[in-house]
Amino acid sequence: MSETETMDSLQPPEDPSRRRLLTAATGVVGGAGVAAAAWPFLSSLRPSAKAKIVGAPVEVFIGNLEPGQMQRVQWRGSTIGIMRRTDSMLAQLPDLEGRLRDPNSQTDQQPEYAANAHRSLRPEILVLNIHCTHLGCIPQVLPEIQAQPFDPDWRGGFFCPCHRSRFDLAGRVYSGVPAALNLLVPPYSFPDDEHVTIGVDPEGAA
Amino acid sequence: MAKPASNLDKGIENVTSWVNERTSIGDFWKKHLSEYYAPKNFNLWYFFGSLSLLVLVNQILTGIFLTMHYKPDAELAFASVEYIMRDVQWGWLIRYMHTTGASLFFAVVYLHMLRALLYGSYQKPRELVWILGVTIYLVLMAEAFMGYVLPWGQMSYWGAQVIISLFGAVPYIGDGLVEWIRGDFLVADATLTRFFALHVIALPLVLLGLVVLHLAALHEVGSNNPDGVEIKQNKDEQGRPRDGIPFHPYYTVKDIFGAGIFLLIAAFIIFFWPEGGGYFIEKDNFVAADPLVTPEHIIPVWYFTPFYAILQAVPDKLMGVLLMGAAVLILYIVPWLDRSPVRSIRYRGWMSKVMLALFCIAFLRLGMLGVSSDSSEIELRLWTFVYFAFFILMPIWTRIEKTKPVPERVTH
Repeated sequence: MSETETMDSLQPPEDPSRRRLLTAATGVVGGAGVAAAAWPFLSSLRPSAKAKIVGAPVEVFIGNLEPGQMQRVQWRGSTIGIMRRTDSMLAQLPDLEGRLRDPNSQTDQQPEYAANAHRSLRPEILVLNIHCTHLGCIPQVLPEIQAQPFDPDWRGGFFCPCHRSRFDLAGRVYSGVPAALNLLVPPYSFPDDEHVTIGVDPEGAA
Repeated sequence: MAKPASNLDKGIENVTSWVNERTSIGDFWKKHLSEYYAPKNFNLWYFFGSLSLLVLVNQILTGIFLTMHYKPDAELAFASVEYIMRDVQWGWLIRYMHTTGASLFFAVVYLHMLRALLYGSYQKPRELVWILGVTIYLVLMAEAFMGYVLPWGQMSYWGAQVIISLFGAVPYIGDGLVEWIRGDFLVADATLTRFFALHVIALPLVLLGLVVLHLAALHEVGSNNPDGVEIKQNKDEQGRPRDGIPFHPYYTVKDIFGAGIFLLIAAFIIFFWPEGGGYFIEKDNFVAADPLVTPEHIIPVWYFTPFYAILQAVPDKLMGVLLMGAAVLILYIVPWLDRSPVRSIRYRGWMSKVMLALFCIAFLRLGMLGVSSDSSEIELRLWTFVYFAFFILMPIWTRIEKTKPVPERVTH
């Protein structure tokens, strides 16, 4: 091939639509190839099989949990608080509604079976992922009804030291704090009277 | 007597011409140093660009040596850093050079950016220089954040927890995105190892590439100066700007002097004040990471606190995150927000001066509020408002204010 013949291929083609089609087809096929090749790399960043096994359900004995006491367990790296609330604690809950952002659990922060006034399966047993819904810190538990520096009319609940978010004893968030969502209720169920299984829904519930 | 010297000279000349015939290194030297004409009226503010480069070199060199002793493993990381501090010969010095370097990097970069705001260095035709610079700043923030996670102390761990969960604010895909970034259902070993990879190789490569582009873009359009006068508009018969001087040797010598002063300050910090009173390395980071115990106050390192304060000013997670992101990204459009016919603050009206001063106060005050855990919401919102007002109102005050006439030639 002479030099002029080689250079001829650089001239505008007689039928540009043919070349456009070829360019577009090459681009699309190449793009699909790049996307397919990227997938294993992006996917490798997801939780590994080992991490998923570590995330299996946990069963907790709550037979010796005193009224007003909170027990903490780890599930999927989150701290789950299990609290046996007293009757007076439960009696406070309706009074607070005016000061809460989402008193009736409208947002999807709990399984359906916990979307009620006390946000739990059994009224007295509270099961909560106690990580603050703002940025994941663990709030302090301040169950007593007493004046606090951040709230002179404190009715007991959770107070996050990171950015001063506040939650009541059903994990419902107060208005005007950085956290916008109620504390998350994980899926859980009671295999018997003295145990709670975190990570498994009750039978019959989806 | 002159004979040996001339032989040596001849030898050097031979090698130089041999290399020059095979590369364009001589042209490169001329274009970027010996025949790069920079305005002759650079002042103190013009040290911070070359100082950023100096700190970057320091971070790379000390980083390479730290990598030789550090172990990117959630079980071993914290102990390996203590091992560097106590058992590795001179390990404490290398680590403190790296940690102090990180803080000094932001100090010089912030001053470098303020210089651009003072003298309008982002204005046409230097928009791309500014855009590349803002991108460097963004990558630097990611680089610094990931580096801070590596010692796997309490603040590393909980800082990572807080910053990664910011991505959870993204609607619909937030939770999946957070899980993908962490590589686990919590901040864990998988998170540490990927941050290590990003911190020691991926982001530094990006950073170096961006620095090359930043300088290439600058050298194409030429440097601005404190008067904001375009020196290329006044050239002598040989086509050299009358107000320009070759970067080498004039500014290389000046910058070496600046580097000397800077290194004195850096050495003082490294030897006598390496933790910076808990601001360079926070006290909680001398405790190994514990997923079950949240430190009482989770505060980022000082260079992030202004943005952290903006996050806290909004009582809504998504809005807070968006506003914090906007606080950084708004820098990108500064070249188009500024409608002033003059560049330098020297020839602008009082409104530019007041607004820039207010902006600096807002930035510093937000930085102070960001480290405190009980700052007043009103003050947080006030300074957040001032921060954004500076940018959003810029098209107005830069257009209506009366400017002074700009001289033909640079002044001193």
